[in-house]
Formats: sequence, C-alpha cells, structure tokens
Amino acid sequence: MSQFRTVAIVVAFLVLLGVGFLFLQGPKPHVEIKAEPLWTIGFFEITNTLFTTIFVTITILGIAIFATRKMSYIPDGLQNAMEAVIEFLYNLVENTVGPKHAPMMFPAIATIFLFVIVANWMALLPIFNAIGKIEEVGVEEDQFFHEVVEFQDVGVFAVVPGSEEIELHFEESECDGLEGEAKEECLVEGRAHAIEEAAAETDIDEGSKVGILLPFFRGVNTDLMSPLSLAIASAIFVEWWGISTLGFIGYGKRFVNVGRLARGNPMGLIDFFVGILEFIAEVARLISFSFRLFGNMLAGEILLLMMTFLIPLMLAIPFYGLELFVGAIQAFVFAMLTLVFGALAVTSHDDHDEEHGHQSGGEVAAAHQVE
Amino acid sequence: MDIVTFAPLLELTDDSMRFIGAGIAIGLGGFAPAIGIGWLVSKAMEALGRNPEAQPVIQTNMILGIAFAEAIAIYALVVAVMIGFVF
Repeated sequence: MSQFRTVAIVVAFLVLLGVGFLFLQGPKPHVEIKAEPLWTIGFFEITNTLFTTIFVTITILGIAIFATRKMSYIPDGLQNAMEAVIEFLYNLVENTVGPKHAPMMFPAIATIFLFVIVANWMALLPIFNAIGKIEEVGVEEDQFFHEVVEFQDVGVFAVVPGSEEIELHFEESECDGLEGEAKEECLVEGRAHAIEEAAAETDIDEGSKVGILLPFFRGVNTDLMSPLSLAIASAIFVEWWGISTLGFIGYGKRFVNVGRLARGNPMGLIDFFVGILEFIAEVARLISFSFRLFGNMLAGEILLLMMTFLIPLMLAIPFYGLELFVGAIQAFVFAMLTLVFGALAVTSHDDHDEEHGHQSGGEVAAAHQVE
Repeated sequence: MDIVTFAPLLELTDDSMRFIGAGIAIGLGGFAPAIGIGWLVSKAMEALGRNPEAQPVIQTNMILGIAFAEAIAIYALVVAVMIGFVF
C-alpha cells in the first residue's frame, strides 16, 4: 500500500507541475526595492511594509495573550510551546553573558529574535506580494514602468494567470544631449509615445487599468527601513548596557583609551588608535546588521517571486523550505550578534600594563576580530 | 582596439551593460564568501570530530561565523539587484 502512496504522490506532483507550467503562468513579477506607500498622511507615508508590521505586532501580542491566560504550573498547549521558546532564548543569553547580566539583556534580545522570526515567516503567507492596488502607468518618471500588466477592475487587484506583460519601449538615452526643460519635454513625450504605441498594439478593455501591482502586504524586512531601525535599536541597547554596567567613564575608556599614554608609555598611542577604530567599528556594525537582514530577505522574496513565475505551483516548494530556514537563521543571527556585542560592551576595559591580556571567553574573544 | 571600438559591433547599450554589471557583481562577490564558509565549516567539523561533547557550542559559533561570512555575499547580491532593477 505504501508503494501505491508513493506512486500517487509522484503522479500528483507531475500533474501539478504540468498544470502549473501550462495553464497558470502569469506576467513577470515587478520587483521594487523601495517600499511603496499605500497612503500618505501629510508628509508621512504609510508604506506596505509598515502596514504589515502592524499585523506582525498583532500576531506576537495575540500569541502572548493567548499563551498566558489561565496559566498553570504544569504547562500545556500554547503555554508549553512558548515556555520552550523562552527557555531556549534565556539559556542562549545566559550561556553567553553569564547569570549576572542575563536578566538585563534578555528582554531586548528575545524581542529582536521574536520580531524578526515572526516577520520573516509571515512573509511566506500566500497573500503577501499577491494582492494589492494598481499603480497606473503614467508619464512622470516615478510612474513609468517598462513592463506593465493589464488588470481587470474588480476592486482588489491580484496578478491573474494568463495575463501577459505589455512592454513599453522607451530608453532614457534617446534624450541624451538635451538639457533642462527640453530634456524634460523629450522624456515625457517619449514615454507618452511608448504608452500610446503599446495601447494601439494590444487592445485594452474599457474600465481595466494598466500598470503594476502595488501589494498591500509585503515582508517587513524586505524594506531597508525595518532592518535599519532594528540595527539602530540594537546599537542603542548595546551602548546602554555598557554605560549602565560600567558607568559612563568606564565605558568611554573603550573608545578614548588614554590610560597608558597619560602614564607616559608611548605604546599608549596604539591604544588610542584602537579606541578610534572601535568607534568606527560600532558605526560599521549598523550597516552590516541592516544589510545582512535586508539582503537575505529581499533575495528570498525575489527568489520566490521568480520561481513562482517560472513554474507556478511546484518550483517554489523547495525554496519555501529554504526561506523558512533562512528566516529563522537570520533572526537567530541578529539576536546573537546583538548579544555578543552586548557581552563585549559589559566587560571592563581596564588598562593592562601587565601581561594578562584581554578577557577570555570564546565568543567575546572571537567578536574582537570580526568586522 | 578598446571597448569603444567594439561597442557598435557588440551593441553595448545601457541595458546590456547593466546586466553584465549585475552578473559580474554577484558572480565575483559570491566567490570569496563561499570559500570562507567552506573553510569555516570544515574547521568546525574537525573540532566536532575531536570533541563531540562540545557540539552545541561549536554549532552555535559556527552558525555565527557563517552569518558573518555570508553577509559579504549578501552585500554583493544587494548591489547586483540594485544595478539590475533600480539603476
């Protein structure tokens, strides 16, 4: 019987593969790196990623509320699952910084981890990047797209299998050589001409809109702003932990290290420059944290869109597995890195004229060499 | 005998140069991180073989190291995507 089941699964796979490839192919996905605004209130744009962040927050709060109602000493169900998660995170924090500092650092680390993992995994739901409103093609620079799709006007728009993309042929280089106003006019005219040409070739129904899809839901970390704000928050956490543990002067000694110099030892110059380098390293960490998370999530989103475009139903499945894995790893890495740099920040940086060297501890020593 | 002479033959338009640039960016940018990660994991496997009891510690630090090395590849990928889709 299990042989029959294996054959049935293989046959179903091949059938769905064929169906997807033959009937369900749609237009090429439009990839936008910047997050598109859905509504604008005055000068503040509510982008689709900000809109999605609200849902991520509601999900996390909802899980927290449901897991903690009617708490019992012998945990069961959702409470048990969440206790496992909290225990995992607390053990992680405690193993890295020791029981003295763990309670101080745990809430921030756990929040970063949970936010990033829920945000990354939520981006795999089917409604993401699929349903939205139309940004119609126009002659302004930010309204002109090279490949547009015709959408039927049914209220909420989605990319429908079978629709073809309409190519608008217009190269900006055709207007090179003109300057200022003349160049503006040339560009606008060229774009309008391209739109008219395409409209004449393909017949467009009345009442349907031509443009690109602006999705309502988009993965939170695919917009550079979210990883950047998390990175800034984690930098603020690390500095705060350092200052609250060592005091302002004690922590400042890490960056402005004039101890040895003040004592007359010329080797102190090296310490001074190392201090400046530490400061630069702090700033470089912001860029590295944000781009790591942003790059991974953006690449995953583009990968899934392109795989779904190539063979609609089946090809995306292994990549969903990859995305689940990568989303979890990136959450873990972001939290761990914040933790490690926090551990580094709370170790005291006393002057060492004697030979006893830096604080030992695997992660702390390793973190000195990175970035 | 430079690229300018050959440009009409090869039809080097703006778009084609963009695609070449994107391809080179990710191709070269993914090369060194891949070697780095391979080296890192091989050392971790060695350490694991010597001391299987330390598996959680080794694994955690290995994942951390891989994330650092992979970040460089991700920078290259972001640049390639930006060249391909934005510029």
